Amino acid sequence: MLSSKIFIGKLRDCGFNFFTGVPCSLLSGLIATLESDPDLGYIPSVREDAGVGLCAGAYLGGQQPVLLMQNSGLGYSLNAFTSLNLIYKIPVLVIMSWRGCGGKDAPEHLIMGDINEQLLETSRMEYAVLEEDNTDRVLADALKTINDERVPYTLLVKKGLFDERH
Amino acid sequence: MKGIDAFRELAPLLKNEPTVLANGYISREFFNVTDRKENFYMIGSMGLASAIGLGVALAQPERRILVFDGDGNVLMAMGTLAMIAACAPKNLIHIVIDNEVYESTGSQRTLSHEIRLEEVAKSAGYKQAMRVTRPEDIRPAYEQLYKEEGPVFLLIKVEPAFDSSQGRVTHTPEEIRDRFMASMAG
Repeated sequence: MLSSKIFIGKLRDCGFNFFTGVPCSLLSGLIATLESDPDLGYIPSVREDAGVGLCAGAYLGGQQPVLLMQNSGLGYSLNAFTSLNLIYKIPVLVIMSWRGCGGKDAPEHLIMGDINEQLLETSRMEYAVLEEDNTDRVLADALKTINDERVPYTLLVKKGLFDERH
Repeated sequence: MKGIDAFRELAPLLKNEPTVLANGYISREFFNVTDRKENFYMIGSMGLASAIGLGVALAQPERRILVFDGDGNVLMAMGTLAMIAACAPKNLIHIVIDNEVYESTGSQRTLSHEIRLEEVAKSAGYKQAMRVTRPEDIRPAYEQLYKEEGPVFLLIKVEPAFDSSQGRVTHTPEEIRDRFMASMAG
């Protein structure tokens, strides 16, 4: 299991300094860590697409944003990614929980869980599945994509990867 | 008052404030009135002008940030009004050009004939929210709100009168991004 605190520290070391999201229980440890430090200024977004817009504005203003969401929010966010981020070339690091992965979850998560990777690929969204033993390499890839190609990069997070608080 | 009359009143009042313009006729019409490097013209992602403006305002707290929004956009993203009110950026001025229709898609009606959006903003927690209906009232309202602590909201009622023969924004999305970011550099 990865420590939320250590992972947030790595994100900060990479230069990420603006955090928002819509919660998921799989990300509850990360969000609790962000909320425990007022300097990080975590902002609760009301919807995932509003979070995409917020992060885009923060990037334009010179910040390096991170958006946390459940994969159910990918549907809400697709138009924002395709008609804002991907055409203006505005990057954001997306940390997305992979509910429904492997077909074991509540019914509302099963379809999105099944098509999560295909949907990202179809939408031309760069992504990687975060694992305990690949965090440094994946973060390096994400940073390179964000800085060089200036497009969003998504980290898919399976259940149990991080310490959860719920 | 037509939307373009509102923009002609507003344009001379602007200095170097970064300005996020909603998609549709708002970006197109203002582009044709005054093209500035501080203008971030949206061509898609309807509803997100306010969220983008909030992000810029939080990232650039020393600059005044303007959002030129539409009634359809605000109705689509009413939750963002709560985010703006909760984050309470002192430097954000949210201006809504309200023509009561989705004009660029054929003037289908929105709900803003019945719903007073400036009251929604005030209830959400904006520090100040005003409505004007006459061109001569725009300048005094803008100047008053400019002196106030944000976030503030100015609703300008206009009639649907977009001239669709007006050109589209000619800059590419990446050019729009680069100009906008450069305007805030240093």
